[in-house]
Amino acid sequence: LKIEDTQPETHAFPWFGMDIGGTLVKLVYFEPVDITAEEEQEEVENLKSIRRYLTSNVAYGKTGVRDVHLELRNLTMCGRTGNLHFIRFPTQAMPRFIQMGRDKNFSSLHTTLCATGGGAYKFENDFRTMADLELLKLDELDCLIRGLLYIDRVGFNGHPECYYFQNPSDPNSCVKKPCNLDNHFPMLLVNIGSGVSILAVYSENNYKRVTGTSLGGGTFLGLCCLLTGCETFEEALEMASKGDSTNVDKLVKDIYGGDYERFGLQGSAVASSFGHMMCKEKRDSISKEDLARATLITITNNIGSIARMCAVNEKIERVVFVGNFLRINTVSTKLLAYAMDFWSKGQLRALFLEHEGYFGAVGALMELLKTSEDL
Amino acid sequence: MAECGRVDSNTSSHTMDKSITLPPDEIFRNMENAKRFAIDIGGSLTKLAYYSTVQHKVAKVRSFDHSTKEAAGDKLYEIAVQEEVTARLHFIKFENAYIETCLDFIKDHLVNTETKVIKATGGGAHKFKELIERKLGLKVDKEDEMTCLIKGCNFVLKNIPHEAFVYAKHADSEFRFQTTNPDIFPYLLVNIGSGVSIVKVESEDKFERIGGSSIGGGTFWGLGALLTKTKRFDELLQLASKGQHSSVDMLVKDIYGGSYACLGLTGDLIASSFGKSATADKEFSDEDMAKSLLHMISNDIGQLACLYAKLHNLSRVYFGGFFIRGHPVTMHTITYSINFFTKGEVQALFLRHEGYLGAIGAFLKGAEEDNPNQYSWGENYAGSSGLMSVSPDMNPMQRARSGTFDMLEMDRLDRQLVNLPLLQDPSSYIPDTVDLTEDAQAREYWLSCFEEALDGVVKRAVASQPDIPEAAERAEKFRQKYLHKLQTLRHQPFAYGSLTVRSLLDTREHCLNEFNFPDPYSKIKERENDIALKYYEKAVKSLEELSWEDRQFALVRGVLAGNVFDWGAKAVSEVLESNPEFGFEEAKRRLEDRPWLVDSFDQWLERLKGPPHRCALFFVDNSGVDIILGVMPFVRELLSRGTEVVLASNSGPALNDVTNSELQILTERIAAMDPVIDSALREDRLTLVQNGSSSPCLDLSRLDKVLAMLVRERQTDLVIIEGMGRAIHTNYYAMLSCESLKMAVIKNSWLADRLGGKLFSVVFKYEVPAGAGKPH
Repeated sequence: LKIEDTQPETHAFPWFGMDIGGTLVKLVYFEPVDITAEEEQEEVENLKSIRRYLTSNVAYGKTGVRDVHLELRNLTMCGRTGNLHFIRFPTQAMPRFIQMGRDKNFSSLHTTLCATGGGAYKFENDFRTMADLELLKLDELDCLIRGLLYIDRVGFNGHPECYYFQNPSDPNSCVKKPCNLDNHFPMLLVNIGSGVSILAVYSENNYKRVTGTSLGGGTFLGLCCLLTGCETFEEALEMASKGDSTNVDKLVKDIYGGDYERFGLQGSAVASSFGHMMCKEKRDSISKEDLARATLITITNNIGSIARMCAVNEKIERVVFVGNFLRINTVSTKLLAYAMDFWSKGQLRALFLEHEGYFGAVGALMELLKTSEDL
Repeated sequence: MAECGRVDSNTSSHTMDKSITLPPDEIFRNMENAKRFAIDIGGSLTKLAYYSTVQHKVAKVRSFDHSTKEAAGDKLYEIAVQEEVTARLHFIKFENAYIETCLDFIKDHLVNTETKVIKATGGGAHKFKELIERKLGLKVDKEDEMTCLIKGCNFVLKNIPHEAFVYAKHADSEFRFQTTNPDIFPYLLVNIGSGVSIVKVESEDKFERIGGSSIGGGTFWGLGALLTKTKRFDELLQLASKGQHSSVDMLVKDIYGGSYACLGLTGDLIASSFGKSATADKEFSDEDMAKSLLHMISNDIGQLACLYAKLHNLSRVYFGGFFIRGHPVTMHTITYSINFFTKGEVQALFLRHEGYLGAIGAFLKGAEEDNPNQYSWGENYAGSSGLMSVSPDMNPMQRARSGTFDMLEMDRLDRQLVNLPLLQDPSSYIPDTVDLTEDAQAREYWLSCFEEALDGVVKRAVASQPDIPEAAERAEKFRQKYLHKLQTLRHQPFAYGSLTVRSLLDTREHCLNEFNFPDPYSKIKERENDIALKYYEKAVKSLEELSWEDRQFALVRGVLAGNVFDWGAKAVSEVLESNPEFGFEEAKRRLEDRPWLVDSFDQWLERLKGPPHRCALFFVDNSGVDIILGVMPFVRELLSRGTEVVLASNSGPALNDVTNSELQILTERIAAMDPVIDSALREDRLTLVQNGSSSPCLDLSRLDKVLAMLVRERQTDLVIIEGMGRAIHTNYYAMLSCESLKMAVIKNSWLADRLGGKLFSVVFKYEVPAGAGKPH
C-alpha cells in the first residue's frame, strides 16, 4: 500500500468514505488538524461548516451517532495529520442525508464521494438527481479488506486494534486480550452485518467469498422487534443481556435427561432453538428478555457453526469476526470465541477488531486518497 | 382374524381418541402370528412394527412317481394347493391419539405368548412406556434413536427399489426415483427433527454424528407459534406455502437496488432473513412471516448439509425427520437450498418410507437373532399404502387425514437377490423401458388396459378354484383391491416408486396372492404343457430335416411363434379363449414377415457360423408351446453346437409363465424323448435355475444369488431374454457386458403402434457390447 507516497496536494478536502449497508450507513471523516493559516483563509465556508458540524457534535439528527470512543487521533494520511471520525446512521435516513448534501451544496466542493456497500448502487441515482453528486462506487469486499488491513496497521491510538478472548471455554476466567494480527494470511473473514459474508483472504488482493448466510444482524434485530416489540439494536441487546435462553431453547438434557453420550453431546448444548416454544405452557411462561436472549444465541451459534465449517473446509485456522452485529455485543463475541475453541478442540481461534463495522467505509476513504488525481 | 368392534372407551381417563373403529382386515394384519414388536413414538405419530408369518396358499406341482404314472392317466403332473408359511414385516403408522385404542386391539388379538419385550424408540417412547407395559404386559426395551434410524435407513435403501427420490416441484412428475444402487455406502443422513443431526454412514455398523444444528423443525414450529396465530406444525407449513417472504426478508435488491453482479448474487437472493422487520414500521401477515421462517430454516439446514457433504466428500445426502416427512413444501425448500449451495453437485434425496426408519431399525435390533439382514425383502404392493400425495395444490385436505393408518408390508423372499454379474453398469441399470410416472399418455393407456383386463383376470381366478365355493367372493375382494390400487395410481403414480408396466403387473400378482389365488393359470398351463409335449418329437424331427441355415431361421421363428401363446397379453388371450385350436402353425403365420420391426437376424446367423458360445443364459417366458416347442428346440441346437445352457425361470407363478418346478418336470419329460436333452442334463451342460422372482417382468438387479454364481462359474457369454414382459417392458435398453439376444412378439396393438410397428411385430435384437469386437 503506497498511499503515503502520493502527492498530498491533489486531495481536496473533505475526505469522506462511506459504506451504505442494508441497515446502517457507516461514514468515516478525516478531520485535518494541520491546517495552515493560508489554507484556513482559502477554505470555503460550507467546508468549514461541515467540519464544524461533524466534529462538534456526537449525534446528528435523531439517529446519527459519532462513535467518539473509536476516533483515531493524530493519524497521518497522505501526508496530512488529522483525526479520523466514525459516524453511523440508519440506511432509512439516507434520503435525509442526501437532502442535507444538497442543502449544504456539497457538490460545489471539489471532492469525490467514495461509497461502497449495496447502497452505493441503490442510491446512486438519488445522489445524482437530488444533490447533483456523482458517487464513486466501490466493491464492498475490496473496501472491507483494505480498510481492515489499514486500521490494523496504524493501530488504535497506540493500542492494538485486534483482540481475542483468553480461556473462552470458562465464563469465569474468560477475558478480553489485545493482540496483534501478525501474519494476517490466510484468514477467514466473517463480516456480520444485516446478513453475513464469509471470505477466505490470502493477501490484500487475493480473496474469495466462500459463502454467506441470511441469518445475520438483521435477522436478530428483525426477529427481536417482532417477538418483543423493541425498536433498536441497543434495546434488543439490553433485553438479551437480562434474559435466559434456556427457557426458550430445548437443550440436549431436556430430551435425554443428561448428556447424549453416544454422540458426545453435552446436556447443556442447545438441541432445538426455540424448541420449547412448540408447547403452549412454555410459551405462556417466558419473558421478552428470554426471547431476545434466545434469538441472540441462536443467530450467534449459527454463524459460529457455519464459520467453523468454512474454516475447516478452507483449512484456515484464524477466524476474524467483524461487522456491526458485534458492536456492544459481548454476549456474541464471547460465544463465538467459545464456539470456535470448543468445537474445533482448540484448533481455531476467533479474533475480533475494535472498529467492527467501519472497515468498508475506511476502505472507501482510502480509495479516494488513491484516485483523486483525476479531479 | 377376529372381528373388531368399537373399542370400549370408558376404561381410562386418558384424553385420547377412542371413537375410531379399526378395520381389522386392513390394519394390524396377521396379528395372531405376530411376534417381535417394536414401536417408534414421535411427536405426533406412532409407528408400530412386528414380524408375522403368513399362511399362503401356493400351487405346487409334483411329478407322479413312475409306479403310479399309468394310473394317473394322461395327467402330466399333480397340482396341489398347499399352505405355505412365509415371513412378513408389518409397519403401521398412526396418530398418537389412537395409541391406546391400538394397544387394546393388539392385546385382544395377540396370541403368541412368547413375546416378552417390545423394542421402543423415539422421543415419545418414554412418555408412553407405562401405558404400553400395562396394556400389553410387555417389557419396554428402549433403543437409541439414531442407531434405529440408521439401521432402518440401510434396510430400506437395500431392500426397496425406488426408495429414494429427488423432489422437483415444477417438473412433470414431482418425484424422480433413483435407481437402486447395490452399493449404498457411504452416505449422509440429515435428520431434521426439532433440531438437526447430520450423520455420516459408512457401513452397516459404522456411523458417526459429524455435526448438527439447533435450528430445525422445532425452531420453525416454536418461532412460528410465537410469530403467528397458528400453533400447529402442519398448519404453519400450510400458512408458509401461501406467503410472500420478500415483504419480510431483506433481499439483495433491497440493498443494491438490483443484483450484486460481480459476486453473482441475484437481486432476489435473501441478504438478511427478517431484515425488513427490523426497519419497516408495519405489520406483517402471518403467511409472509411463516414463509420467511421456512426459507430461513431450510436454507440454513441446506447450507450446513452442503458444508458437511463437502468436508467429507459425500455426494449422497438423504433428508428425513418430521420437518421433511412427505411435506412437499419443505422438500422443495430444502432441494432449492441444496441446489443453490452446491450449484447442482449434490442432490437432495428423500425417502418414500422415511417415517418408518426408526420403527424398522428398532425392530431389526430386536430381531437380530433372526438375521433379517441375511435375507432379501420385497415391498408388498397389496399390503402397503404407498406414498401419499401431500401436495397442497393437488389435495389440500389430505394432510388432515385424521384417523387414517398408513402401512408398509415387506415379504421375506426365499432367495437372496443380487445383480446379474453381466450388467455393463449396475449403477445405471434401469430395468423398465418406460417410466409411466413421466409419460402421462402411456400411463393413461396402461392403467385403462389393466382396468379393462380385470374382468378376465377375476374370471380366470374363480375358474382356477372350481371346487372352492367362496372363491367367487375372494375374487371379488381381489377385484376391489386391485381396482383401488389402480385408482390410487391414477392420482398418485409415484405411490410405489416409478410407475411401470412391471409394477402394475407385480401389484396384480401381489393382490392375487393376498386373496389366495396363488396360481390362477396352473390348470391352463398344465393343459398347454401336455398338448405341446405331444408335438415335441415331431417338431424336432421336422427341424432336423432342414438345411443348417434354414433351421436357424426356423428355430428363431419357433421361439417367436411360441411366444405368441401368451394368456397374459389381452389381445392374445381373447383369441385363445375363443379358439383353443389356435395352433403353433397358425401362430407362425401370424408373425410379421422379415424384415422385422427390429431385425438383426442376419448378424445372429453370421455369428452362428463362428465358434460356439461357452454358455448361454436363457430367461424363458411362457409355459406350453412357448417353452416346449419354441425354446427347447432352440436350446437343443445350442447344446448341439457345444454351448452349455442355463435355463432361468420364475421361482413363483406369474400369469402363464413357466415356473422352475414346472420346468423341472417338463425337462425330464423331454429328456425321456430326446437323447440330446437327456445327455445334456446328465452331463450338467443343461442346468435349470430359478431367477428369484414371481414377476412376468425381469429385474436384472434382483436375481437369485445361485443364478449369479452359476453365471460366473460357467463364464456365460450369451444372455437370451424372451418375451414382451422381460425383453420389451423391461430390459429393452439393458446393456450387458456379453452378447445378448432379445426376442419378443408385440402382442399389444397400442405398444406396437408406439414402437412404430403393428400387432405381432417382431423384435429380434442381437447385440454385441461396444468394444468387444466381433468374436471369431
